[in-house]
Amino acid sequence: MTANQVVFLVLAAIAGLAAVGVVAFGNNPVRAALLLVLNFFVLGFIYFTLGAQLLGISQIMVYAGAIMVLFLFVIMMLQLHQRSPIVEGREGRGVLAWLFGLALAVVVFASVIVPLMSVSGSPIGDEYGTPQSVGRVLFTTYVLPFEIASVLLLIGIVGSILLAKRRL
Amino acid sequence: MIREQPIPTIDWLTLAPMTTVVVAGLVALFIEMFRPKQSNGPIVTVSVVGLALAGALTLAQFGMEPGPTFAGMMVRDQVGLVLQLLLIGVCLLTFLFSDPYLREKKIAFAEFYQLALWSTAGGMIMVSTTNMLMLFLGLEVLSIALYCMAGMDRKQAKSQESAIKYFLLGAFASAFLLMGIAYIYGPTGSLDLGGIAMIAAMPESGYLTMAVFGVGMLLVGLMFKAALVPFHQWAPDVYQGAPTNVTAFMAAASKVAAIGALARVLSASGALQEFWLPALFWVAIATMVVGNFAALVQKDVKRTLGYSSIANAGYVLVALLAHVKKPDQVPLTTALFFLVVYCLMTVGSFAVVSLAAKGGEEGTRFQDLHGLWKRAPFAVGCLIVFVASLIGIPPTAGFFAKLFIFQDALSTGLVPLAIVLAVTSAVSVYYYLGIIQATFVSDEGARKTVSANPSFGLNLVCLFCALAVLVVSLAAAPVSQWLRGSTQLPGEAQARSELQLDSGGRVGAR
Amino acid sequence: MDVLGWLQRTSVDAPWLLAVIRVLLLVVPILTIVPGLIWWERRLLSWMQDRIGPNRTGTITIPDNFPLASLRGRKIRTFGLLQPIADGVKLFMKEDVTPSSIDRKIYFLAPAIALFPAFALGATLPQASTGFIPGTDILGPFHYLTPVANVDIGLLYVLAISSLGVYGVVLAGYASNNKYSLMGGLRASAQLISYELAMGVSLACVVLATASLRMSDMVVAQEQALWGFVPAVQNWFLFTPFGLVSAAIFLVCVVAETNRAPFDLPEAENELIAGYHTEYSSMKFAVFFMGEYAAMFVFSGVFAAVFLGGYNLMPFNWEYLAATFPAAAGFFKGMAAANYWLGPLGFVAKMAAGITFFIWLRATLPRLRYDQLMTLGWKVLLPLAVANFIVVGIWVICSNERVLGPVGGWVALLVAMGVLAILYMNLAATIKKGAKSMDKRTVKLSDPQAKRSIKLADPGPASEGGQA
Repeated sequence: MTANQVVFLVLAAIAGLAAVGVVAFGNNPVRAALLLVLNFFVLGFIYFTLGAQLLGISQIMVYAGAIMVLFLFVIMMLQLHQRSPIVEGREGRGVLAWLFGLALAVVVFASVIVPLMSVSGSPIGDEYGTPQSVGRVLFTTYVLPFEIASVLLLIGIVGSILLAKRRL
Repeated sequence: MIREQPIPTIDWLTLAPMTTVVVAGLVALFIEMFRPKQSNGPIVTVSVVGLALAGALTLAQFGMEPGPTFAGMMVRDQVGLVLQLLLIGVCLLTFLFSDPYLREKKIAFAEFYQLALWSTAGGMIMVSTTNMLMLFLGLEVLSIALYCMAGMDRKQAKSQESAIKYFLLGAFASAFLLMGIAYIYGPTGSLDLGGIAMIAAMPESGYLTMAVFGVGMLLVGLMFKAALVPFHQWAPDVYQGAPTNVTAFMAAASKVAAIGALARVLSASGALQEFWLPALFWVAIATMVVGNFAALVQKDVKRTLGYSSIANAGYVLVALLAHVKKPDQVPLTTALFFLVVYCLMTVGSFAVVSLAAKGGEEGTRFQDLHGLWKRAPFAVGCLIVFVASLIGIPPTAGFFAKLFIFQDALSTGLVPLAIVLAVTSAVSVYYYLGIIQATFVSDEGARKTVSANPSFGLNLVCLFCALAVLVVSLAAAPVSQWLRGSTQLPGEAQARSELQLDSGGRVGAR
Repeated sequence: MDVLGWLQRTSVDAPWLLAVIRVLLLVVPILTIVPGLIWWERRLLSWMQDRIGPNRTGTITIPDNFPLASLRGRKIRTFGLLQPIADGVKLFMKEDVTPSSIDRKIYFLAPAIALFPAFALGATLPQASTGFIPGTDILGPFHYLTPVANVDIGLLYVLAISSLGVYGVVLAGYASNNKYSLMGGLRASAQLISYELAMGVSLACVVLATASLRMSDMVVAQEQALWGFVPAVQNWFLFTPFGLVSAAIFLVCVVAETNRAPFDLPEAENELIAGYHTEYSSMKFAVFFMGEYAAMFVFSGVFAAVFLGGYNLMPFNWEYLAATFPAAAGFFKGMAAANYWLGPLGFVAKMAAGITFFIWLRATLPRLRYDQLMTLGWKVLLPLAVANFIVVGIWVICSNERVLGPVGGWVALLVAMGVLAILYMNLAATIKKGAKSMDKRTVKLSDPQAKRSIKLADPGPASEGGQA
């Protein structure tokens, strides 16, 4: 095993366990959110190992640094750590959820992971994922989607003002 | 060293209608910024002028050389142009009756116009792109603006509920779409829809299952937008809760955009259609049955029309399936024709229903429409035309639209679909007539109902839609002949030619 | 030179060893300087407030039985420099109180999480020149010793890690199970998120001007000719108009990010006891304290690297001067060498200056009200930073040799700034007028006897608190 593989396996194990923890700590939202932060953070490092620097740092900055802070903010504001007094009877649904989840996992494994096993080597060049190369592509080939995304953000701003500003 | 990226060739005219609509929204935003909280007149004017300009730019492109621009980010072809024009028209019609309605509801926020314009632009992107990134962005631009508009009536719990419901379910559907895009991007490294056919052409590569799932997830995301069963549950609640003008826009625009994108995805998926066509067959049946039968028991006009729009999505899916099954025989014209007629009927009927708002109050149950014919005889007269067309009574356009679909279904061997279509259409007569009946019931009993005075804009919309429904029916043959320019989507021809090339060259390829 | 040879060999044979050395060279100075910082803050504050401050601890009186009679009874003064050590001992010895109904794991984790970003932040800071030794073409020893990671995404790394700083505070507030702590944590998260935006955009201006995200490239960009046409002076971004605006925004944001006065609302003692660290005592409190000072120190380093010419001692291009004035070439060459070899000292000096500025702020400005804080962040700093970004964009295009050249670029920049200022004033006036017409309503309360109307005015948009 090469050093790269060891690093990847360690990171992947942490990310995977953290992701499982998010679900397992379902009754303690703050811990679930924290584990999600850990997951995002480690995911950023996995991107680094793939040479996608800009993607990795954006992952940490946007998801771990900004979005999850908002999540935590909301959880704390709403005091979600108190267990809700209403207990739903959902045994039947639980079984169904497990069944479908497992089926989906098997299907994904068979259809995605198995074909990917045979992939070896990477066609990606050295400059892949650096800010410079991403910038070049973003402002030439993908400049139209870039602009549309800016329209999308503008809609977000106008829409949130429409929905939330106290006096309009 | 970094490679110099060439800037792709840009055909500005292809982008022009979409850009015009976006810019009109921006100008409207600036007007609101410099003269806040005043009458919406200038904003409506700017929006309408912008839409008219975009419409003219679209019309100017008919008959021009079809082809992609920006490396396939947008394409110009007959189908895309017709649908773009349709979306612009829907937005324009909605705007004509929106301002009086919003003032009656006391939610005359200028933000509605900007959001609706941008939403239209999103739909225009969706119907004329072969790039999955653009497809996703267009869908999000369309949807997020719709989520916000649905919750625009901020004091009404129903409106809030509809916004949050639409948003949560819509985000979930978008996740499916994205996952599907990832599954197709993974093996091909291409964001173009043509990538699907590329995978299908090399089945031994092991990526076939990935592509099948990818296409399936793409379809799920789009079927949600089009409100096809089993992804329809949001539609009645959202249609009921949202302000009526928003509902009119949503019911027409989001369906047009989703069906347009669905047609492109299905056409581009080449041999992979085999995997999903049977599923879509059952989806069409379920949609027609559920939509029509659930509408029977509704007590709210907007909910009824919501279920009716689900049923109509089922009809248009039949047309789509017929086309996809035998693209050489059956052109996409039928679906386009149906969509045009559907938009006219839907916007028109919601415009009439919007009369129920008066002085900040709005009731949309059947009994709230009682006595409407006395107060707004012209609007109710038009409503009769729309309903007749929705049912499919012969002299109206709705009849011809359904007839074409019926013929297509029969000629491509989709007999069960044709039968379900006919039967469910017959069932629909009951609830459609219920709407008409409600307007004619006298309200002189214990409970007085109120309604706004029909404004000039609303009368104009009703007149236009009703005339169009009648005229289009008289000229059904020439119109469909005009639409017939669009027999095939470009991706389709390409996919097919690649397939032929492959099956000639390699044993085992489809 | 021997050292240099060893470094060259090690960089090939055992790069990991160099990495460890680099990390130690970053972290150990921070750890050792923080106590000194605390002393410096207390002394400086007391001077500014006309007090004496801690000046006794560590004064040693030489005992009477000392062999050298002349020294007996003399005092060796250390100006109270040992005070932080005494404080540290005190903190260690204090009773460590752990409240009973807390979220235990998160409670103990929070201080550690608070400390982590402060130390990790400096990883991309070049503390000395990474280039050639002046007058030679040999990569100097600093090339191997700093920064910890000279990556392409240096500045983004700073932003990313600083955005993680909020977790320690938020989690401490949450885990303590105390209303005031929770309020402090909430305030901190809102404040940090708000100011991160303006900080990011203000740094983006500099990125646009240097066309690189790498920190060492930024310093190199500042070694160019001032404004593009004064080659004797270095182009420190603080000297450029847009850089000055960016620097001001960045400084304000750093103060907010490190929860320092006047932005120390998360620990406002007269409202929230001590905010998020109310329930922390002894060493756990000390860790928070340490994290705050370390963050301040490292952010000063970022400011020095991005706006103050990094490790350059003085803003002069010695090599150019040596070439222009051959008479004094020897002196200028010597200065160039000093500039290289004393680079780390210069960097630390700039950091110290930054910290002194923070302390000065604390002594000068009263704490902001919460809505003032939010208004400043969202309605002043963020639009200003974005406007600045646009201006920089115009300058970058216009100052290209093929467009207008450097001088024309500055003219374009000033014109753009003027146009934006006029636009802003117009818009502000319009909005104010519109708001006035809407917000002030006259309500007639008819009083048949007195026959007078009472004018009621809405409190206006200030009381809206939209972000709260």
